[in-house]
Amino acid sequence: MRWLVVIASLLLPAPLRAESRGTGDLGIVVERADGAVQIVETSSMTTLARVDGLGDLSHAAAVFSRDGRYAFVFGRDGGLSKIDLLDQRVADRIVQAGNSIGGAISSDGRLVAVANYEPGGVKVFDTATLGLVVDIRSTEIGEGKRAKVVGLEDTGGDRFAFSLYDTGDIWTVDLADPAVPVIQRFFDVGDQPYDALVMPDGHYYLAGLFGEDGIVLLDLWDPKARPRRILDGYGRGEEPLPVYKMPHLEGWAAAGDQVVLPAVGRYEVLIVDRRSWEETARIAVHGQPVFAVARPDGRQVWVNFAHPDNGVVQVIDLVTREIVETLEPGAAVLHMEFTPRGEQVWVSARDSNEVVVYDTETFEVLARLPARSPSGIFFTARANRIGY
Amino acid sequence: MLERALFLAVAIPTAVVAAQGPDATAQPDAPRREVLMHRLLHDCGSCHGMTMKGGLGPPLLPDALADKDSEGLAGIVLEGVPGTPMPPWKTELTQEEALWLVERLKQGLTP
Repeated sequence: MRWLVVIASLLLPAPLRAESRGTGDLGIVVERADGAVQIVETSSMTTLARVDGLGDLSHAAAVFSRDGRYAFVFGRDGGLSKIDLLDQRVADRIVQAGNSIGGAISSDGRLVAVANYEPGGVKVFDTATLGLVVDIRSTEIGEGKRAKVVGLEDTGGDRFAFSLYDTGDIWTVDLADPAVPVIQRFFDVGDQPYDALVMPDGHYYLAGLFGEDGIVLLDLWDPKARPRRILDGYGRGEEPLPVYKMPHLEGWAAAGDQVVLPAVGRYEVLIVDRRSWEETARIAVHGQPVFAVARPDGRQVWVNFAHPDNGVVQVIDLVTREIVETLEPGAAVLHMEFTPRGEQVWVSARDSNEVVVYDTETFEVLARLPARSPSGIFFTARANRIGY
Repeated sequence: MLERALFLAVAIPTAVVAAQGPDATAQPDAPRREVLMHRLLHDCGSCHGMTMKGGLGPPLLPDALADKDSEGLAGIVLEGVPGTPMPPWKTELTQEEALWLVERLKQGLTP
């Protein structure tokens, strides 16, 4: 009888034969040039599987179902792929637009929203079926085009906020009743918003501006609030340097009362007090920051840089506000992701074809995983965080 | 005087190379071509898409570029476009390399 069970289990496809497991230590690594993702686990730092056929994954991002089983991967080419981390396969996939830039998921996990450049707008899908629920069209900007949507964030409940690059708007939408979307539009609040973040408590939405030095802040807890400017002209009188890679603001570090922001076109990160929204410090760093991400405990911020300084990662201690470590993980560092409690950070080094895992206390390399042009790294703990 | 002599010393070999025909200067060597193509896919691709269908930056597909002057496009690559996120690449690329990249884009990247 036991032999029969063994034989039967050998006949099953490999993923189903694996013993049952949780997903809390799982994640994906985007292999951008191959249209593939690796499914990885952080407990013993290994690759479990590779799933391909996901289209153009340059600038790909992902969110997770609330049970941590599925990753929703947003491709550049409008692809929305639902990856089953346990069965290690594409559970469902649609191409919902011509050109996209990331997305967000509602708190109840029912709605996944995608920010689109072409055609400009936000499309919202049912996570169970990937059926279209709501199509929000952005403002027309002439020649049959609509404004590109950037910085789409889930802001708690069934609410989302996003910015319009071409027209400088911030819009919010409440989809408590998806049949009746409640949209609030704030027009022309700043020049060229390029990305945004929401604070971990869902209270504030902050949009970074490319066209001017400054940030637009919207209080999401105050229904009468209008967007207001903070850090206005933080680089006044200084000539900004050419920006070879746009900063990414989803990883803007919010740590306790401090928010750490990359300064556009400068070799600096800004530290801002989140009660007064005044700049409290500037820290000179190795290059133009791209990501500044806080370890989950908020003690450290890890910063990577734009070309040509993208072989370096620096670690800032937020207590002393000093750079405590300068690391060289490999060529073209694109992204960093912490394990849920932050004892490890996974760093993708695109041109070294490696993901490097560091111990965040000792800064020792714990593992190196081969990966083909790795870019974004996303762990399932994001499922439990607003704005991730 | 010394400066002028140095200028001549530099200029003469360039003139000799140029006299061999445009192809001799217009083509980066094979290893450099590999670097340039990698940069095109990954660095340009960050904004224009790895398939060059566009993103925050406009599409760079053959159709979109066909009626545009190659020299002018190379100038955009080298100088950037003020007021937009397009940075100047002249510290990274020579005129010839920018032209070579423009020609690759005009031909289309996918076979």
